[in-house]
Amino acid sequence: MIWVAVVATGIGCYLLKLAGLSVPPRVLERPLVERVADLIPVALLSALVAVQVFADGHDLVLDARALGLAVAVALLLLRAPFLVVVFGAALAAALARML
Amino acid sequence: MTVAPLDPRERRAIVRDSLGVGIATGAYGVSFGAVSVAAGLSVAQTCALSLLVFTGASQFALIGVLAAGGAPLSGALTALLLGTRNTLYGLRMAPLLRFTGLRRILAAHVLIDESTAMGVTRESTPAARVGFLTTGVSIFVLWNLATLIGAVAGNTIGDPRTYGLDAAVGAAFLALLWPRLHGRRNLQVALAAAVVALATVPVVPAGVPVLAAAAVALLAGALSRSTPGSAP
Repeated sequence: MIWVAVVATGIGCYLLKLAGLSVPPRVLERPLVERVADLIPVALLSALVAVQVFADGHDLVLDARALGLAVAVALLLLRAPFLVVVFGAALAAALARML
Repeated sequence: MTVAPLDPRERRAIVRDSLGVGIATGAYGVSFGAVSVAAGLSVAQTCALSLLVFTGASQFALIGVLAAGGAPLSGALTALLLGTRNTLYGLRMAPLLRFTGLRRILAAHVLIDESTAMGVTRESTPAARVGFLTTGVSIFVLWNLATLIGAVAGNTIGDPRTYGLDAAVGAAFLALLWPRLHGRRNLQVALAAAVVALATVPVVPAGVPVLAAAAVALLAGALSRSTPGSAP
């Protein structure tokens, strides 16, 4: 099933890209469509952060991952590059679990 | 359509800037590779994602949902919703790039955040093409190499939680979200989406909370009038 998801996502994401380059701009250039399209990544990424950090199965938990997220926020405020943010958060969570 | 040739100095400058972005972005394929095998995907599945999907946020979304125990279908749906922003990039880039036929079919695969950013500001078609293609192709090559390295390394280190790799996923999503957190409406939608997702975690199957949050974006977009003075 994972392979099906991988291939379907690959085909779907490619077609979304190709559609953008092929569809006449007027079809999608409406204020409502543009607004929603702008907000969808914001909502999805925010929800993914929340679920990734505070959910464990069907439970909400506060563990080392929350500390990792706090470190990520600090690093982003310091304008650290992507890799530093990601591995900085991992390092913080790993250290917290060791203690 | 005749196009004036690009000044060699300008071309060199665009190539240099684009390669810089390409190297910086491609390198974080290492984190995707490591996190993906930590989420339970095989090295082959991880590499196939980077080759076929090739748009970072969607890839992270798919493995994020799978890692949380969500159905592959929910993961794919989330990834596709995130992929819709590439359609908008395409609409913006098409009149600039003026690609047709086979070239358009090939160029579409490297239509992502960074290649759009490095192409959209150019004033001529040749300059836009150089920025877009140099960035897109260099990221494609490096992102896939880095994914393989990260996946193989991630496979050999044992329990990923020991290394905090589960925390790395949340940090990756936050880093992708960060540049979009401008303006009151975006902040409100981000907050509402997180609250809706967490509120639904205990009661719906894994993967669904994130899709419920997408409904927040649809609703907010439909209800909010374009406020005066807000940037598009």
